[in-house]
Amino acid sequence: MTERQQMKKQKPEERINNFKEVACGFNKEEALAEAERCLQCKNRPCVDGCPVEVPIPDFIDKILEEDFDDAVDIIKGKNALPAICGRVCPQEEQCEIECILGKKGEPVAIGALERFVADFDLDSDKEEEINSVEAKGVKVAIVGSGPSGLTAAADLAKLGYQVTLFEALAEPGGVLRYGIPEFRLPKSIVDEEIDYIKQLGVEVKTNVLIGSTLTIDELREEGYEAIFVGTGAGLPYFLNLPGENLNGVYSSNEFLTRANLMKAYKFPEYKTPIVTGKNVAVVGAGNVAMDSARTALRLGAEEVSIVYRRSRNEMPAREEEIENAEEEGIDFKLLRNPVKIIGDGDGWVKELECVKMELGEPDSSGRPRPIAIEGSNFTIPVDTVVIAIGQGPNPLLSKKTPELETTEWDNIIVDEETYETSIEGVFAGGDVIGGAATVIAAMGDGRKAADEIQAYLQGKNE
Amino acid sequence: MSKILNKENLAPEIDLFTIDAPLIAAKAQPGHFVIARASERGERIPLTIVDYDRDAGNIDLVVQAVGSSTMEFCSLEVGDELLDLLGPLGEPIEIKEIGTVVCVAGGLGVAPVYPKAKYLKKAGNKIISIVGAQTEEMIIMKDKMEDISDEIYFSTDDGSLGEKGFTTDILTALLEERADEIDEVVAVGPAVMMKAASEVTADYDLDTIVSLNPIMIDGTGMCGGCRVTVDGETLFACVDGPAFDGHAVDFDELMMRQTHYQTQEEKAKHNCKIDKEVG
Repeated sequence: MTERQQMKKQKPEERINNFKEVACGFNKEEALAEAERCLQCKNRPCVDGCPVEVPIPDFIDKILEEDFDDAVDIIKGKNALPAICGRVCPQEEQCEIECILGKKGEPVAIGALERFVADFDLDSDKEEEINSVEAKGVKVAIVGSGPSGLTAAADLAKLGYQVTLFEALAEPGGVLRYGIPEFRLPKSIVDEEIDYIKQLGVEVKTNVLIGSTLTIDELREEGYEAIFVGTGAGLPYFLNLPGENLNGVYSSNEFLTRANLMKAYKFPEYKTPIVTGKNVAVVGAGNVAMDSARTALRLGAEEVSIVYRRSRNEMPAREEEIENAEEEGIDFKLLRNPVKIIGDGDGWVKELECVKMELGEPDSSGRPRPIAIEGSNFTIPVDTVVIAIGQGPNPLLSKKTPELETTEWDNIIVDEETYETSIEGVFAGGDVIGGAATVIAAMGDGRKAADEIQAYLQGKNE
Repeated sequence: MSKILNKENLAPEIDLFTIDAPLIAAKAQPGHFVIARASERGERIPLTIVDYDRDAGNIDLVVQAVGSSTMEFCSLEVGDELLDLLGPLGEPIEIKEIGTVVCVAGGLGVAPVYPKAKYLKKAGNKIISIVGAQTEEMIIMKDKMEDISDEIYFSTDDGSLGEKGFTTDILTALLEERADEIDEVVAVGPAVMMKAASEVTADYDLDTIVSLNPIMIDGTGMCGGCRVTVDGETLFACVDGPAFDGHAVDFDELMMRQTHYQTQEEKAKHNCKIDKEVG
């Protein structure tokens, strides 16, 4: 078996000084060599591992034939956002973990190949060929333009529905825009993939907050026969510790929104400021925590640490992102839990008081329960603290739509089979119906909800 | 895109803009605000909806050119368009017949006080207004406030209009004489003024509504940058407010948080001025 091709990356000492993409992507030779490794197995376990069922061996076969246009078309038949997914999907837990090659060695680099093909498509001047379908003259509204909304919008537009995508922020993309940093997902890639969705006929309306600017009832009055709610997990969780409202303490949502959406890393050219200082502590160990820590480093922080109450094994971030963070010199303070944020007397954060932890028996999440070691308190000097312990659904829409039933954690309740909410004709998917998950899981929901919306509309209009 | 239909200079570096925004006008209520951005590089600026005309589809906003983004906003003219306008945001205040309401407005605080006073008046309340600023020149919307007030008093730091002193001096005197007549106080202005006003009314156990202006980004509850402590609990001013019970707000924390970007703002403003001079 030949060795898996390793994707070139910007060197750590260089990349910590810029916001350019870290991973450089395969060149043609690397892509061909990697495609060669695919066994083209009959039972295609990788496809089963993909939440949107991309026919992986088929597009890899087209790469081998150097027919990259066809390879793109095969992917886009199932996935409207391949350049994004090629970058941010946790392939190692989905398609690649199922790859037969992985049993004895390393699996095919499916994500890298997807990215190669998608980037080839974006770089080519080829006019996008959109198969024109007969317009059905039926209006569908999509609320939220993150991964689930974009996927549902693309699928429904391809079926001939007249789709309008509503976004509260000034630019579409949701978490792809405000959350994931430029060095992991360039915004030009997000722009281009959303342009493709617009070419499919989707109308994008930004600066419209559904629930406030327009209500769900008003959308129905305007003739939208089905509505998909994909409003994501936009509510930041805090630790509820003393000192959390000191200056210099951010939610990861705020920290990343300032840096990504508002481009604070280009301050003062862009007017939105951000403060990092020399010492930054990021609390949490998911992808958002890694993104926050690596952003802080690029903003000029000298010492950036991840503070996490469990051990490395339990860290929820992708292995690749943890490695990237390690290479860049992020200090991992594991089995440490913050108990107090201490101010300098002038309203600014000065120290983070932590306690050492040990792991006990597994808790309800199946992970070992972290237990504080009494008397082990210590402080670390900090100028900035970023709280990246997760986020929940933003309750704004459900508050303004009392008929929309939610759980006590504000998740919208849907029928497991049909994705329909407590309001007829209103569907929901992505992070708003479950805990914060991944881009691709949200896309899988968007895909399935779109199928159900089609079935609903066909039944209704028969 | 939201077109500027009218622009009126109210005081040095303070302008009132009438904006074409039918969807927002249709839903606007006293206490609501919008987030506006003049250009791609500008900040998202939270601005109270000062007035609205549902039939015409317009809203009024008052902007003071204090930072680089508000300076850019104020350089816009009639016919220009805002890049972004999102709203209505926040929770409106309850408009009902209470009796007599004292409306205290400090400086730019007239902008959020006016719609509350106007609709409280319409609901049958007696309105006693106290409006203050540094100088007479800096008192904004004087005619409009006079129109909707049953009684109105002014204070200026230099005595150029009304009493020499602060709005809270007038409020204190008013309560000493006539506290029995008064049912509620609305006080909006700089945090230090709202804090002082709330302290004055606390002695009389008078319901006091303040409207907070912390730093915000999205205005939809997404970033938590606008968190304020109210009655010991952390709330988000953008979705839980911006109006709160003045007796429950931690004003010292609010004032501290408002200084978060002072250094950066000076830098941006400096750059902006250089741009202007060079460009």
